[in-house]
This record gives sequence, C-alpha cells and structure tokens, in this order.
Amino acid sequence: MKQFIIFVRKEFAHVLRDKKTLLILFGMPVMQILIFGFALTNEVKNAKIIVVDYAKDVASREITSKIAASHYFEIEKSTMSHDDIEKSFKEGKIKLAIVFPENFNENLLHQNKAQIQIIADASDPNTANTLTNYASSIIRDYQSQLDKTTETPYRIIAQTKMLYNPQLKGVHSFVPGVMALVLMLVCVMMTAVSIVKEKETGTMEVLLVSPFKPIWVILSKAIPYLILSLINVVIILLLSVFVLDLPIVGSVLLLFAESILFIITCLTLGIFISVKTNSQQVAMLISLMGMLLPTILFSGFMFPIENMPVALQVFSNIVPSKWFYIIVKSIMIKGLGFSAIWKETLILFGITVFLLIVSLKSFKIRLS
Amino acid sequence: METVIKTEKLTKRFGDFIAANEITFEVNKGEIFGFLGANGAGKTTAMRMLCGLSIPSSGKATIAGFDVYKQTEQIKKNIGYMSQKFSLYEDLTVLENIKFFGGIYGLPDRDIKSKSEALIDHLGLQGEAKKLVGSLPLGWKQKLSFSVAVLHQPKIVFLDEPTGGVDPVTRRQFWDLIYDAADKGMTVFVTTHYMDEAEYCHRISIMVDGKINALDTPVNLKKQFNASSMDEVFYQLARGAKRAD
Repeated sequence: MKQFIIFVRKEFAHVLRDKKTLLILFGMPVMQILIFGFALTNEVKNAKIIVVDYAKDVASREITSKIAASHYFEIEKSTMSHDDIEKSFKEGKIKLAIVFPENFNENLLHQNKAQIQIIADASDPNTANTLTNYASSIIRDYQSQLDKTTETPYRIIAQTKMLYNPQLKGVHSFVPGVMALVLMLVCVMMTAVSIVKEKETGTMEVLLVSPFKPIWVILSKAIPYLILSLINVVIILLLSVFVLDLPIVGSVLLLFAESILFIITCLTLGIFISVKTNSQQVAMLISLMGMLLPTILFSGFMFPIENMPVALQVFSNIVPSKWFYIIVKSIMIKGLGFSAIWKETLILFGITVFLLIVSLKSFKIRLS
Repeated sequence: METVIKTEKLTKRFGDFIAANEITFEVNKGEIFGFLGANGAGKTTAMRMLCGLSIPSSGKATIAGFDVYKQTEQIKKNIGYMSQKFSLYEDLTVLENIKFFGGIYGLPDRDIKSKSEALIDHLGLQGEAKKLVGSLPLGWKQKLSFSVAVLHQPKIVFLDEPTGGVDPVTRRQFWDLIYDAADKGMTVFVTTHYMDEAEYCHRISIMVDGKINALDTPVNLKKQFNASSMDEVFYQLARGAKRAD
C-alpha cells in the first residue's frame, strides 16, 4: 500500500509539473463550455420575421407594433400567402412567422380567448427556442396590459410550431456532450500517453523488474486522472450552472456516480490503447481518431443518430459516450432518476467490464 | 564459490523461432559477467527470462537461489535492473527519483533518507540534488541510474547496454562504479557492444543465433581463438551468424 501511495504521488508530480498538459487539461473544458455556450445560446437580435395578419384589427396591429418595436425582431414583410412563408423559411430569409387568425380581436373580446400561431425554423433549435420565447413574452405582455382594463382575464393562446425539428433536439444538450468529450479526451488520451511514455523511455521495464506488481503500476497511473477528471466534471457543472444558467434538474450525486463510471470506462480504454501501442504519437492518434471522433459523431450531441443509416445507428451502440450522453442529459436536463437510466447505466457498466477484462488479458500476454 | 545464476538448457521459443536455444551457464557471487552477442542474437530474451519478465519455454534456471518459473516475486526482490534506455524520470528531481525507486522496492523511509544522502555525496551531486534529472548531462544520468538500480542492495544487478552513447572517460568512471559494487559482493551481469568493456569483465559469454558459442575469461578466449583482441574474437564468432536485426 505504501508503495502504491509513493507511486500515485509520483504520477501527480508528472502531471502537475507538465504545465502545458495542465493547461490543456483544465483550459479545454472551460474553453469548450464557453465557446459552445455562447455560440449556441447567445441572445438573438434583429431576427427577420414575417407577420401574417388575417385579422387586421386593433389587437393584432398592437401586438405587431410591439413586436416591431422590440429589438429582437425585424419585420421582413407582411403577407397573406402560405407559399410565401414557406419559401421564405426555405430560403432562410426569416426565422419566425407570426399568424393572427381572422376575428382575432373579436374572439378576444367576446370569448376572452384568442389564438396566435408562432412558426419557427427549428433547424437551429436554440435560436428557434429563444425567438419563440421572446415572441410569447411580448404577447403575454400585451395580454396583461389588457387585463388591467377589465375584470375577466383575457387569454391569448400562442401556439408554437417548430418547423423541421419539432423536438428541438440540440438545446442545452451540448453540456452533456462536452462532458463526454472532455472526459474522453482527458482519460483516454492522457492515460494512454502516460503509460506509453514509460514504455518509450524504458522506465516501464524497470518498474516491471521491480517487485511492484504490474497491475498496481497500471492502477496508480489511472488514479490521478480519475481525480483530475472529477475536478473537470465539477468545473463543467459550475460553468453550466453559473455562466450558462443551465441548472442541474436531477440529482447531483447520481450525476457524479455516473460520471465516475464513465471515467472508469475511459481509463480502461486508455489502458487498453497503451497496452497495444508502443509510441506516444500512435497512442495519441488512436485516442483522437478512435475515441474522440466517434464521441463527436455517434454520441448524438451534434448529429442526430435517428437520421443516420441503420448500420451506423447500430455501430453507435458500442460508443460508450452515447450512453453517457443519454444518462447525463436525462439527469441534468430532464431531471430523471436512476429508474429511468438503469438500462443505459448497465450497458455502460457492461462495456467497462468487457474493456477491463480485455486490457488486463492483453497486458498479461505482453508480460509473458 | 557461491553460484548466484545457474541456467540449464534454458530455451525460449516464439512460435517456430527459437530466440534462446538451450543456454547453460553459471555466474558466481561477486563476478562481473559480460553477456555479448550481435544484435538479434538473443541476449535481451535471455536477460528477460533471468529477470523474471519472461517465462522460459523449457530448461531450468535459478536466480539468487530462486526458480524462474515459480519464484519470480522473490527474484524481483533480489535483483536490480538498468535498461539500455536511460531509465530514470526526467521530470523528477534527482532526490525524487532516488526516493521513488527506493520506495517501490519497499525500503523504509529512514533507509531511503540515509542512502540517498550517501549516494549524492558519493556521486558528487550535492549541488544537483534538487534539480530535474532531465537537466543533467548523460554521463551523470547513467551513473545515477546505476546507483538507483543498486540502491536496495540486490544480490545481482542486470545492466542492459548501460553505457550506450557515453564518452570513453565517463564510461571508465561508470566501470569504477561497477567494480565498487562487485567488490562489495554484488554480482554484475552486463551486456555491451563495446569490446574494451568486455575486457573489463571477469568472464564473458558470446551468443550467436540464440546459442552461447563461447564462454571464458577474456584472456582465455583470446588464446582459444588465437586473437590479439576481443574485437577479433567477437568478429570470428559473429561472422557466422545467420540472424541479424
């Protein structure tokens, strides 16, 4: 045990002394969260919209002028033709269309409720979401203004319709995605490289000749990265809560437990790569091409898996990040508990155990 | 005379390839045993078996009295090893390296402290103790590497081409350290490509194509092959080799 502690301390010295690696280690998640966060969720200004006003009454005009006055929107034109709307959406000229039905004001006055349709181009889900929120709040604003003049409350029902991407895939989902990405990168690449480095410099041989058991050599290599990765998880979560205003809806404890599982998956992958390769460059290339790329492509955080050919959909099932991504999204954004994600957890666990057995086996083969 | 390494028809096969073919030899306590051979002759394979890193295919061997098949753990406690690649951590300081390797051999803290002080004094590294090993000249690194390999006072130390790339003066100093260790009763098992170093050994063996083709003192070998130098002896033997890297 004492040897183990000495070894882990040495590993920490390696990591902490390498300022460049350290910068990558902690700079990367911060950069990614900020870049993704602000590139995707920044507020939208002067979005071009179309107003379709079949009502042409007091209420519709007033709402239209409110919308025109806000700096979020810029009315491209008013039209009556549905073809015109569709064409404008397809050409990407407008982001949003607001449709007032006939008798808008009349319905509002006599039935105390009226409907407005908001159509958004949801191929860019973040913008679509933001814009519909802006529009609805302007409408709500008008509604409460009306309410002041009368006893009976008015209700304007804003029907939103998301074109092209009705489920709004992609909103906020980059945080779980970045988490998978960063952990993959840190754990797989750093572990693989640090073990292969010892092979390259010849220190591995010296360690294997020593009475220190090989399995402990590997374990003590993994410990510092486990701890550093957990720190990374904390950083990412803090950033997403305090900088991006994305709260953790579900259990933080569960989130950490699942993260530890995924970190262990990644560490085993790293160990597996390090057993199979003999140079740092190769280890790094395999980690990048073999791990990072599938994470970006097949975890579902950038490209929807549903739209892929069946063969690729099947392939995506063996990518551990896909499962971790689903798990984190479920806990963080949907606020689901363990009962909802036990299947994904089990799959991730299975992959981990499989990798662990395979890499320990190949490690033994190398020794004999 | 106490025998510390004893092999009998030790063989290692990789599929059809016989890397080490029925090697038989003995090394005595306190002896400096040179293990020579061209590249690909099977030196490294043989040495790996002796260190407990590789299980032999057949034959017998005992290291410090322990069996290479069953008692690799005890063997590891009784040997030191220095690889041909320089094998200390460049991003740790001199002192940290000593502490680390002392630590994984299970030396008590007090021992490590006194030993590292003695070692640093002995090598004249007082000014460099807290410097990163990477900043030291190669010759010093190699001397330090050897001293670390024998820190736990093993019965046998295996040196795999320890002086590669070092100038003759430093090599000479390195051999002083080897003689020191041998004088204290440590057995030194060393592979080398330098024939002047072969002359420093008490006895040498020369491997050709996985077999030991010659084994004696340098003086006797020169007589046997009617050669004026070890260079000639080696050349006569290695010329017939079929294997090469």
